Amino acid sequence: MPAATSALHLVLTGDPALYTIVRLSLLVSLSAVLLAAGIGVPLGALLALTRFRGRTGAIVLLNALMGLPPVVVGLVVFMFLSRSGPLGSWGLLFTPPAMVIAQTILVTPIIAALSRQTIEDLWVEYRDELTAMSIGPVRRVTTLIWDARISLLTALLAGFGRAAAEVGAIMIVGGNIEGFTRTMTTAIALETSKGDLPLAIGLGVVLMIIVLLINALAWGARRAGERIAG
Amino acid sequence: MRGPMSDLPLSLVDVTILAGEVAILNEVSVTFTGGAPTVLIGPNGAGKTTLLRAAMGLVPATRGRIAWGGRDDAPPDKRAIMFQRPVMLRRSVADNILYALRAANAPGETLQDRTQDLLTLVGLQHLARRPARRLSGGEQQRLALARALARAPTVLFLDEPTASLDPYATKTIEDLVRAIAKLGVKVVMSTHDLGQARRIGGDIVLMHRGRVVEHTPGAQFFDEPRTQEARKFMAGELLV
Ligand SMILES: Nc1ncnc2c1ncn2[C@@H]1O[C@H](COP(=O)(O)OP(=O)(O)OP(=O)(O)O)[C@@H](O)[C@H]1O
Ligand SMILES: [Mg+2]
Repeated sequence: MPAATSALHLVLTGDPALYTIVRLSLLVSLSAVLLAAGIGVPLGALLALTRFRGRTGAIVLLNALMGLPPVVVGLVVFMFLSRSGPLGSWGLLFTPPAMVIAQTILVTPIIAALSRQTIEDLWVEYRDELTAMSIGPVRRVTTLIWDARISLLTALLAGFGRAAAEVGAIMIVGGNIEGFTRTMTTAIALETSKGDLPLAIGLGVVLMIIVLLINALAWGARRAGERIAG
Repeated sequence: MRGPMSDLPLSLVDVTILAGEVAILNEVSVTFTGGAPTVLIGPNGAGKTTLLRAAMGLVPATRGRIAWGGRDDAPPDKRAIMFQRPVMLRRSVADNILYALRAANAPGETLQDRTQDLLTLVGLQHLARRPARRLSGGEQQRLALARALARAPTVLFLDEPTASLDPYATKTIEDLVRAIAKLGVKVVMSTHDLGQARRIGGDIVLMHRGRVVEHTPGAQFFDEPRTQEARKFMAGELLV
């Protein structure tokens, strides 16, 4: 298989075109996950620890949003950012920030929903003890987030896995511009359709390695967490 | 230790607590004053845990009044409870105690020393760095006691504090409870161990079906109980 051999060559020799693509992919998805964590974890904590009318509906909606189709997110963000859209003046369409925005929207519900579940479970367990220790609301949230940190990290990794693997949203809002908004997934889609299999396979291999690494990391984190926290 | 803001006397007046339709405390009136420990006894489901939680201020009375030192809004700063099934925080043994000390606003420079003292008190100093959730059931109970003591309480509620302890640990905890009581801390505890109730209890509260059936000084309770229920309960008969 000559395509596979050339692919391996590209990966092992550190082909600059390939690594530009890999770097941008990681940058975009990592930024999106960090932003989504900044929104999703507090949102999850809020949903877990407060009672208000419509809370159940909000939780069901959030869980449903975990399955948002990337192309739909891409389309909506596209409409907002396109020149005639409400945020058109920002000039972000077809730039990496637009891709970050789209992926953040995609990943936030995942992190928020998983955080909500994790924090609520821990709160049920801790409620009596923390109440008996007169822990106030702020300390309560920080305690729960800290003690659930391993599970929360797993939620972030799940979000990152989702972001790194999606193609629909960033394809639409990024435009797959060579050297600027081309990522692993959009490049694989394009190169495959063009018939340039070596680059597609090379990127596919790198993507697989990254996904496997994330899962290994998640597993390692859980193990370490059990050792530390029991 | 007890100032004018004391939680004592702690009184429940005609307290009823409903869980749905069922009264899990039923018009309970009882007063805890300073001095020797009060021991709650009674069959499973009698309402001992519920009474302790209400006296701690964790569950509100559906009807009736709970007052600490005459106030029904007294902050729980000087009360502490050790639950029947304590939950360990996902931290080390020492960090569980540190957490409780910080929650009680203990001064920063005393934290390390007091953690060591409390660990030694309950005999867990050799396990300080162990994840608390990995401790055995009895060790967890002892850690829970240390955590409760970290609040430097004037009233201490213990819900079956020796239920899963070996004989030596049980004796250690009993000695500890007596020592704490001598320091002026009011201890209110539940137990199924009648020998323990007799050894520790200054007064005995017998509960059954959400009611207080008898509340008498310890010596009298075991020698001349006033009620039929108390006699039956001590004879190991089923209360109806
Ligand atoms: N939140 C609740 N909802 C419904 N029922 C409850 C609730 N809490 C307690 N009960 C019921 O109230 C009764 C008293 O419970 P409690 O835990 O106070 O008993 P106990 O005397 O401590 O028993 P044990 O010796 O088994 O610990 C039980 O029948 C229990 O099922
Ligand atoms: Mg009980």
